Amino acid sequence: MFVELFFQYLVAGLTYGIIYAVVGIGFNIIYNTTGIINFAQGEFVMLGGMMAVTLFGFMPLPAAIVGAVLITMLVGALIEVVFIRWLVNPSVLRMIIITIGISILIREAALFFWGEGVRSLPYFTGNEISSLDISGVHVSPQALWSLGTCGIIVVLLNIFFKFTMLGRQMRACASNREAAALCGVPTRNMVTLSFVLSAGIGALGGCVVSPITYTQYNIGTGLAIKGFTVAVLGGLGNSMAAVAAGFVLGVVESFSIWVMPAAYKDAIAISILLVMLFVRPSGLFGNKETSRLKEF
Amino acid sequence: MRLSRVSSIFIFVVTVIAAQILTMATGTVFLLTQLTMTAYYSLIVIGLCLLMGFAGQISLGHAGFFAIGGYTSAFLTTFDLMPHREKAFVALLAKLHMIHARPDLYGGVVLTVHPVVACLVAVVLTCVVAYAIGIPVLKLKGHYLAMATLGFGTIIYSIVLGTQCLGAADGISSVPPFQIVPGLLVSGIPEARIQNYYIAWGLVAVSMVLLVNLISSRVGRALRSIHGDEDAANAMGVNTARYKLNAFVLSAVLAAVAGIFVTHFNGGIGPSEASIVKSVRYVAIVAIGGMANLWGSLMMSSVLNFLSLRGYFGALDDAVFGAILIIVMLFSPEGILSFNILQVLKELVDKGRRSKEAH
Repeated sequence: MFVELFFQYLVAGLTYGIIYAVVGIGFNIIYNTTGIINFAQGEFVMLGGMMAVTLFGFMPLPAAIVGAVLITMLVGALIEVVFIRWLVNPSVLRMIIITIGISILIREAALFFWGEGVRSLPYFTGNEISSLDISGVHVSPQALWSLGTCGIIVVLLNIFFKFTMLGRQMRACASNREAAALCGVPTRNMVTLSFVLSAGIGALGGCVVSPITYTQYNIGTGLAIKGFTVAVLGGLGNSMAAVAAGFVLGVVESFSIWVMPAAYKDAIAISILLVMLFVRPSGLFGNKETSRLKEF
Repeated sequence: MRLSRVSSIFIFVVTVIAAQILTMATGTVFLLTQLTMTAYYSLIVIGLCLLMGFAGQISLGHAGFFAIGGYTSAFLTTFDLMPHREKAFVALLAKLHMIHARPDLYGGVVLTVHPVVACLVAVVLTCVVAYAIGIPVLKLKGHYLAMATLGFGTIIYSIVLGTQCLGAADGISSVPPFQIVPGLLVSGIPEARIQNYYIAWGLVAVSMVLLVNLISSRVGRALRSIHGDEDAANAMGVNTARYKLNAFVLSAVLAAVAGIFVTHFNGGIGPSEASIVKSVRYVAIVAIGGMANLWGSLMMSSVLNFLSLRGYFGALDDAVFGAILIIVMLFSPEGILSFNILQVLKELVDKGRRSKEAH
């Protein structure tokens, strides 16, 4: 019985971990090309989920999800073009405040359009009570959908960054912007692309976990903090490590319910972030030697 | 034209008195309630202005300190010690005259910690927390500092929201008035409106004098040098860690004092006071006021907080703050007061001309 319960918590933790990982990857993509932490990252997840729920009223589920992802990508592009593209050497403090302002505006717009209600997409296969029995552990099919989608995102991202021209250009832009520009990489477009990409990934993540975790207009800030925790745990800029860290955080949170009241669940994640920042800002998988050269 | 320190304070005091006389003359004395609250919220803003504008350290968790102050004071002044009065600790407190007995709603007697003691405990607790958090957090920079302080704010919020003895989602209500000296009562009752107005703005005036003197002293120069370049400041022999920490603690204490007074003034406090949205709002006001501009921040805080408290922004309250924040940061990062529309237009035209020539 104890072992089964253990695995049940583990699966629940992994399911939540996916969405943290998705937000963490989104942070990393934008951070890599621009050096900005986009505080509105969590809002992309919310927008994706909300948009898909609305579109689902008019069209079949797959089309609604594709539509939601595309619209969120457009929003991401708009944010970059309107607010960020034309700033000349903005200070970090200014960028933080601007992205926070953007997140407030998106959240308030969502409140205006969709109200305070909690929404969710239907389960992709089966329903709330259907579960797959994997040697005594009950797993919701939606959890498998989420895990699968996250896995595909990670694999595709890897292929994109390693083997396509565009992906290589983005990486060049990340490692040295001036050098990339000298080699003819349109660095400004790469920045826009990074916003589009991370908005799309966030929205897709928001869609697949929506049936399990539900979507509400104000989930963005919490997700942003957790996503940042994950990004820092894995070492900022390292997307693969962020996925691993996402699962670690999800599982730790899930097991924390065993010893602490569920109301303090969020405090656990953030305490991990704080301790991590104080003790090892280079991340669990980061290199301590190279991190000495960075500023934290 | 730059005003001297003394004349700035003088203008401020005259404005405060004039505003009070104006409300009396126009028969809008009820506005004093919001004006009093505005003063308390301005207290947080000017503290944050010292931290952000002068020391250059962002904090997205100042609502947390506000809540620590408010909740500590509220808890201590409402927690009934009657069932525990036999215990040695309570007896000791009673001997030291730190216990306050008052009748409750149902005719019984409630035994609580004296509000003055509660206030002191709240301030001390805030100091301890601010030091404990500040020592590790202020080693971080930029995004890391922002996220760490945001995380601190979120922890306080979830603790306040999840703890039963702090009222969970309902908060703490029926907090008694706070008597500073006999005759001066921090309370929301209509008869005490005018004295509360002056208590609140008096507190702001004292803090302003303190801060204005601080920033034009050796400490202020040290803080500004940290803002300019921390490494250079360190090399010049400025103990950057200590100055940053002390600025952080001072601003935290100002936030806590504001929290204590607002709680006693309103007779209660709820978890929304600890929310991230509030922290962001304080940062927004400092940014709008021009970061390193105490008087600008105070002015913007008075106007925006008052409009917000009066409900002029309606349901769009947060959206308005977000929009102002973005617009100011995009077009005039030195604050709204330094915004010069002609200059900006001229630059835009120049830019357009240059890009046309380039093609």
